[in-house]
Amino acid sequence: MEMMSGIAVAGAFMAVLGTLLAWLLAVANKRLYVYEDPRIGEVEEYLPKSNCGACGTAGCRNFAEQVVAGEIVPGKCTVNAPEMNAYIASFLGVSLGDVEKRVARLACAGGSHVAYVRAHYQGLGSCRAAATVSGGGKACAWGCLGLGDCESVCDFDAITMNSFGLPVVDADLCSACGDCVEVCPKDLFSLQPVSHKLWVACRSRADGDVAEAQCEVACTACGKCVMDAAPGLIRLDNNLAVIDYAKNRLASAVAIERCPTGAMVWLQDGQAVKGREAKKIIRIEALPMRANVV
Amino acid sequence: MFPWRKKTFSRGVHPDGNKSTAGSPIRRMPFASRMILPLAQHIGKPAVPLVRAGEEVVRGQPIARANGFLSVPIHAPADGVVESIELKPSARGPWVESIVIRVYEASTQEIRWAEPRDLDALSPKELLQVIQDSGMVGLGGAAFPSHAKMTVPGEFAIHTLIVNGCECEPYLTCDHKLMREHPDDLMQGIRIAMRAIGAGRAIIGVEDNKPDAAAAMRARLPADGAISVEVVPTKYPQGAEKMLIKSLLGIEVPPGKLPMHVGVVVNNVGTLTQLGQILPAGQGLTERVVTVTGPGIKKPGDYWVPIGTPMRTVLEWAGAQDVSEREIILGGPMMGQAVASLEVPVTKAVSGILVFDRRHIEAPASRRSYPCIKCGECVNVCPMGLNPSMLGMLAARREYDLMSSDHHIGECFECGCCTYVCPAHIPLVQQFKVAKAILRERVAAKAPAHESGERFDFGAPPTHGRKPSVHPD
Repeated sequence: MEMMSGIAVAGAFMAVLGTLLAWLLAVANKRLYVYEDPRIGEVEEYLPKSNCGACGTAGCRNFAEQVVAGEIVPGKCTVNAPEMNAYIASFLGVSLGDVEKRVARLACAGGSHVAYVRAHYQGLGSCRAAATVSGGGKACAWGCLGLGDCESVCDFDAITMNSFGLPVVDADLCSACGDCVEVCPKDLFSLQPVSHKLWVACRSRADGDVAEAQCEVACTACGKCVMDAAPGLIRLDNNLAVIDYAKNRLASAVAIERCPTGAMVWLQDGQAVKGREAKKIIRIEALPMRANVV
Repeated sequence: MFPWRKKTFSRGVHPDGNKSTAGSPIRRMPFASRMILPLAQHIGKPAVPLVRAGEEVVRGQPIARANGFLSVPIHAPADGVVESIELKPSARGPWVESIVIRVYEASTQEIRWAEPRDLDALSPKELLQVIQDSGMVGLGGAAFPSHAKMTVPGEFAIHTLIVNGCECEPYLTCDHKLMREHPDDLMQGIRIAMRAIGAGRAIIGVEDNKPDAAAAMRARLPADGAISVEVVPTKYPQGAEKMLIKSLLGIEVPPGKLPMHVGVVVNNVGTLTQLGQILPAGQGLTERVVTVTGPGIKKPGDYWVPIGTPMRTVLEWAGAQDVSEREIILGGPMMGQAVASLEVPVTKAVSGILVFDRRHIEAPASRRSYPCIKCGECVNVCPMGLNPSMLGMLAARREYDLMSSDHHIGECFECGCCTYVCPAHIPLVQQFKVAKAILRERVAAKAPAHESGERFDFGAPPTHGRKPSVHPD
């Protein structure tokens, strides 16, 4: 008898407790319910999920949320295949957005066959580390160190180092995520729309003669491109030609023709075309060390 | 508190001293024909030029003024004419705006731009202003403006000034000789600093490998007993400020805090000796003592070098032959940096120039680094109690944020003990330098532009206007 009542009490207690908790859960379910647009998950399914951040959001989920909320256009995802973005746009009934493809571009052409080194760097094989040791030993303080931090940081295998120690960007693979822009200690990478075809492949701020003594393809700020190009398109700023891309529609290959070093190039079909007066360099071996270069 | 406590800190290493230049007196180096004075020789904002090309200057004349609080002026090191103000290579790598002076052949050692002043008549605040005007920075190598270090916010009361005479880096002997040859100037400088920071006592910490310097200073201690000399064991990095505070006072500076949080200010003996010399005379900082030594030098020694002298001139004077076949290091061998260009000038931060032969530095083959074997040697020597092995693995994976949040990379002051002992030759401290530089950039990219590089941004080298550059749409 004693035992039976004990079981009954326990059973009743559990039943009451169960009902109470179930009620609590039911209330919480109603009260704390957060509506989430089911389309967010749907859109996320069609994104690359690389979380690269190229679009400027925190990741693909965040991008999907913003696309559904109408804060960003689907075309902003540069990693996705265009037809996927078009599908997302039609699924949501929004416009794809006129987003031009951008690629990472290097503002240096000073490979080992044309640029001098003033000292040999021996140490941790990273541009970042080399740059902390007196700039890395390259004669030009602005130039590419060629140790390949950009190649190793690229998640899309879009960057490969060529035999002269310069990174080559595969425009098809480049998603414009900006990782190489962040990692380069010399700030040589920037993300450029593919329509920017006129390009200064140099960042040297050294005086023209000094720059040319350090690297055969440096911009010497001679000003010929400024004279030949449409007015206002190119200007000289601290010993360097700088292109005003706001006037990009005026740009033409005329500006490169008289460039004596070939620092000013016209990018076409993945090739950097140099002007007719650019010095021809057929050397393929690396230049020797030159400790006394200015 | 505990008289039986050994006056040192935990962990650390014992590299060979190699202080062969300690015996000789300091000599004076003649003027170079051309001096190069970078506007950014100190931590903080670069100075602003006061002269133009073609202007004549006399030795000691201010040629650039401080730009704000965390900045110091620059003084002409010799009589001459300003040739240009242009970009010149710096020891760190980037080219920086510099004033180039062509020195007159008849330029003398006399400092003509000076106004002797009565320091006792100045209030502590005026004293700090005078220190800033003298262009003084930490001459131990950090080049942090001295007046900024001595400016103590109201909430801190400073009880002790610690005078750092450890000089724990191998090869360097410049501080040693200043203590031995100029103890009176040092006492004067300590007096000035004590008044500026409001400290009641000063302790000079000297390593036990410099008994002659300790004796010379003890002979000149003032009678009131406010200044004392304490001998500490020779160990690297005894001269790091947090280590020296631990050794002398037994106080540990909490992570992320400064010595002033525990009521202490640390200054280098070189800084205070120079202060004691130039402040009463009303002069600016125009020269410093530099140790020039190493197997590649014929006349090793310590020299009074005018600031702005190109490295090439210094090495030619000290007798280094065929420098292209050598490795040249600015500073000590543990924390110093190799330099790539001989056009780089001696700045306020240069305490030593070491020249090694190719055969004296290890061949690259034996420098090859191997995977970490988790032996724990680096943990045994890290004076800050970090785990360099773990940090190294994270750095290799570019997990910089994790290094900062979970493993306190911010506490690392790049002493290099971990790399010195690593049997696998892993370049740990180099990886940490990279990690810290990237973390600094990330912080700067997040913070509003006017806040970055402000008051407490210690250890951050001048950034030369580096901005995160993502091309705008």
